[in-house]
Amino acid sequence: MKFSENWLRELVEIDADRAVLAHALTMAGLEVEELTPLGEGLDGVVVAEIIGAEKHPEADRLQVCKVDAGQGEPLQIVCGAPNARVGIKVPLATVGATLPGGINIKAAKLRGVESFGMLCSAKELGIDADASGLLELPADAPVGQPLAAYLGLPDASIELKLTPNRPDCLGLFGLAHDVAALFGSHVKTGEQVAAPVSSEARRGIRLEAGVDAPRYLGRIVEGIDPKARTPLWLAERLRRAGLRPISAVVDITNYVMLELGQPLHAFDNTKLNGDIVVRHARAGETLKLLDGSEAKLDEGFLLIADEQNGLAVAGVMGGFDSRVTDDTHDVFLEAAHFAPAAIMGRARKLGMHTDASHRFERGVDPALPRRALERATELLLSIAGGKAGPVLVAENLADLPKPATVTLRRARLKRVLGVDVADAEVARIFTALGMQVVPQADGWQVTAPSSRFDIEREEDLIEEVARIHGYDNIPTHTPAGALTLAVEPEGRLNELAVREQLAARGYYEAVNLAFVGNDLLQRWGMTEQLVPLANPLSADLAVMRPSLLPGLIVALSHNRARQQERVRLFELGRVFGSGGSLREEPAIHGRTPQQAAPAPVETPSLALVACGTAHAEQWGEVARTLDFHDLKGDLDALIAWGGEPQRWAVHADDLPAWLHPGRGARVTRDGVTVGYLGALHPQLAKALDLGADVHVLELELEPVLGRRLPKAQPVPRFPSVRRDIAVDVPEEVSWSQIEQAVRQALGGQLKELRLFDRYSGKGVEAGRKSLAMGLILQDASRTLTDDDADRNIREAVAALETACKARLRG
Amino acid sequence: MDDLDSRAAQALADIEKADTLDALDALRVGLLGKSGIVTAALKALGALSPDERKARGAEVNRVKDRLADALAARKQVLEQAELDRRLASEKLDITLPGRDGERGGIHPITRALERISAIFSRLGYQRADGPEIEDDWHNFEALNFPPHHPARAMHDTFYFGDGRLLRTHTSPVQVRSMQGRQPPIRIIAPGKVYRSDSDQTHSPMFHQIEGLLVDETSSFADLKGTLAEFIRAFFERDFDMRFRPSYFPFTEPSAEVDIRWDAEDGSTRWLEVLGCGMVHPNVLKNCGIDPERYTGFAFGLGVERFAMLRYGVSDLRAFFENDLRFLKQFA
Repeated sequence: MKFSENWLRELVEIDADRAVLAHALTMAGLEVEELTPLGEGLDGVVVAEIIGAEKHPEADRLQVCKVDAGQGEPLQIVCGAPNARVGIKVPLATVGATLPGGINIKAAKLRGVESFGMLCSAKELGIDADASGLLELPADAPVGQPLAAYLGLPDASIELKLTPNRPDCLGLFGLAHDVAALFGSHVKTGEQVAAPVSSEARRGIRLEAGVDAPRYLGRIVEGIDPKARTPLWLAERLRRAGLRPISAVVDITNYVMLELGQPLHAFDNTKLNGDIVVRHARAGETLKLLDGSEAKLDEGFLLIADEQNGLAVAGVMGGFDSRVTDDTHDVFLEAAHFAPAAIMGRARKLGMHTDASHRFERGVDPALPRRALERATELLLSIAGGKAGPVLVAENLADLPKPATVTLRRARLKRVLGVDVADAEVARIFTALGMQVVPQADGWQVTAPSSRFDIEREEDLIEEVARIHGYDNIPTHTPAGALTLAVEPEGRLNELAVREQLAARGYYEAVNLAFVGNDLLQRWGMTEQLVPLANPLSADLAVMRPSLLPGLIVALSHNRARQQERVRLFELGRVFGSGGSLREEPAIHGRTPQQAAPAPVETPSLALVACGTAHAEQWGEVARTLDFHDLKGDLDALIAWGGEPQRWAVHADDLPAWLHPGRGARVTRDGVTVGYLGALHPQLAKALDLGADVHVLELELEPVLGRRLPKAQPVPRFPSVRRDIAVDVPEEVSWSQIEQAVRQALGGQLKELRLFDRYSGKGVEAGRKSLAMGLILQDASRTLTDDDADRNIREAVAALETACKARLRG
Repeated sequence: MDDLDSRAAQALADIEKADTLDALDALRVGLLGKSGIVTAALKALGALSPDERKARGAEVNRVKDRLADALAARKQVLEQAELDRRLASEKLDITLPGRDGERGGIHPITRALERISAIFSRLGYQRADGPEIEDDWHNFEALNFPPHHPARAMHDTFYFGDGRLLRTHTSPVQVRSMQGRQPPIRIIAPGKVYRSDSDQTHSPMFHQIEGLLVDETSSFADLKGTLAEFIRAFFERDFDMRFRPSYFPFTEPSAEVDIRWDAEDGSTRWLEVLGCGMVHPNVLKNCGIDPERYTGFAFGLGVERFAMLRYGVSDLRAFFENDLRFLKQFA
């Protein structure tokens, strides 16, 4: 809501300067979003008339004008504006004036011709953005009058960021009520005088939309002057409210809307056929609107029609064919009340937002149509002449919204706000806001004016008291209520701990948008069970991510393209998949939430990506490219944190297509697949324009967060014995097979099995590899002898020979 | 006798001159070893009469002790010299970088989010969570947004084909936390939220933290106190702060909180940092809580805004570009 400050001050007495007013509005919940001072510093600028204009002898674009500024002698002024011509009245900055932009006006020679002042555009005067030419003033503007006085300047354009609950402030009169309450003054209401009726022109009105349109007022005004010009004062107020003057009739309807908050519409009466019918649109019905667009309607829309055609989408926009034009002599003015529910969302559905829809969907005072119609008639008759017919009224009183009477309990007021507000102050606030107050033993009974759609229950009144009393006047306390101890279960790691652990391992945390493009997913082969958005911002943000990896790899590429060779990133976030089970919803008091389809599955996940050298470049280590087992080490560290590594395993089978088939692993916990690890498939790496060494790990987060509660065992009393052996085995035998064979053979006395060397090449038969391992043996009840150790080693070797085709190496 | 004395005198001089431990040890063997002169002198005692033996024995032992002391003293000197030499040769450039000292870092949004959560958890707020893909009821209706209400237009919503949506705020977690549960309730719900809006100052995904307190005594004054304390704690400084009336369908009275922020150019301006209010009775009712018995307050804040202010980040989009040159600044 944008308006002229002077206009507001005309409606309500405000004993405060502009800054105080703006602050008071903001602190009452009517936030001043922008305040633009207009026409400051116009001393020395006067209304002048161009009485002569000749081409400048030295410059094509300049004219030498003779200007009457009411000073007797005409002034010679050189001017470059394209619209400078004899007969128009324009602002003249006289010698000595300083314009808002800082220009000092001096007598000067322009290309050799003397000039005694400057003719100005609206922009140069700081009253509008228009810099296209001189500001042309009406023909009746009095020559010589200071421009500021003539235009009602200085003024300010104030724009409020109104919340949706305050449609009453979408008109200056409503706003004036709040201002009056804030400053303890009164709105200068003034009775609206009924315009004289001098014609019998009538038209029937039929209400056929029930509760959606309970009141419709119309009036025919015949014989207006279609060439009538909008008076300057009215045009200026529109301009300062951010509206462009268009034509007298349209400007008047807009003016009344700004003044009272009631949207009006004017039809060309000669284009209407028979009665006005207010009804719902029919499915498939279309209407060409004022802006030239074609509205496709359905039964959800309210339509203003006549007996043959649709005329306007009620509460949204008028139709093109019945619009007022330069040839319109007879207008039909409309002022109606539409129920907010009948308008909400309708403009949006048509892809538009209008001043009317903005107001009607929030709620317009049902008492306003008559007043607005009379006001518009009054203005129309005085500006464009014509003869007004009688006010035509159709209404279903029973369907009009009734002002609510709400009880406010004194105790509740204190409880919710945490402060005592004096009874007299409470009563003053309600009265000032135009509410009727009946004091009661324990509070007040309050009836809101019909403009206040937001007053329905006790809390609404509490808010009004708080707002006008001032939030600043409510003290600050620290809550004293019962505290429940927030316990973090010990059996679950905190996500922050996991993040910090990954950071400690050299990874930086990334945060990606949770949507990705279909194209990208296609490349990864992630095409199943996707959850696409119905209204994505763009094709590359169209699908909820089914994995953190595609986005992380994009981030990795981004960094590689910026001279970062070694990139290590991790992310924690949810991944999404369709086809889950029905989400369990607790019973909800009084109603059942809709639960049509199974909810998509959201799985908190953890992923890391890495490329470059295994360690940051360093003087003391041999540089080595990162490999599978570096990431495996990260996995091991993550698992170790939970204290139950034996529940985890990696498998070489059933890998997704995006992993290198020989350098990828499926990760399980308790036999359930919870993630993948490995090098990206070379084809994918190529398609994504990546180097070959990019490794990734993605895991469901919850299993990683699981943590064992320790159960202490006695520390062993007897020493352990270590024996090392080296065997060679066929290349395809995996370490886990060896580990399993040894563990099975030795049972409880094997405390630990450590692989300390792995070698193939010279000295080892082709197709085989040599593995050297240390066995750490211990018994809880005695010291192991050499014989015990030897026996264990024999058994281990025998088991390896049988299970893994192992050969003991010398 | 004179012979032993003179040889001892010579030996003492030799000991003083020995400049390696090996040379010193050779001297020791020559003097005190099996065939050393002192040993020989002791052996020679057996040929003497008991009286002579006693006197001569004492003399030889005195010489032996003198030589042993001299050897030990010289040995200590030589050992110290050798240690000094070794230490002198073992000097490192301790300013070379350490091995494997590289560390990563957590994202500034996480950092701010965790700091905020930690402050509230110390006030007894428990962390709560909810789905990011929500239904209309939890995201809007239960929070007192009627269908098509203009307040919904302030939430540019991403929808799915089945009518579900991406939550536009963390407020539905309020509803989920209150359902099937009775006060006292203190929860804090951090998480990702989504609005279909993208430009320099809007990201289609961002982070919010929702706070909720419901009990038998809470008031607007408590809300003011809690948030004022929180803002001071987060920024570790005092601010001019104002609570400005606003509107959210799920709270009433509602407020936005502005702080007086010093811009880099030296000017100051009011900066909106969070929204809050007393939980609307309809919301309590929707969640099965008696609004006559209980009151509560709720607040929601944008984590990015707090991170930007706290760490001096001027471009919202930097948070989601994951440029290491940006991320490394927060390690």
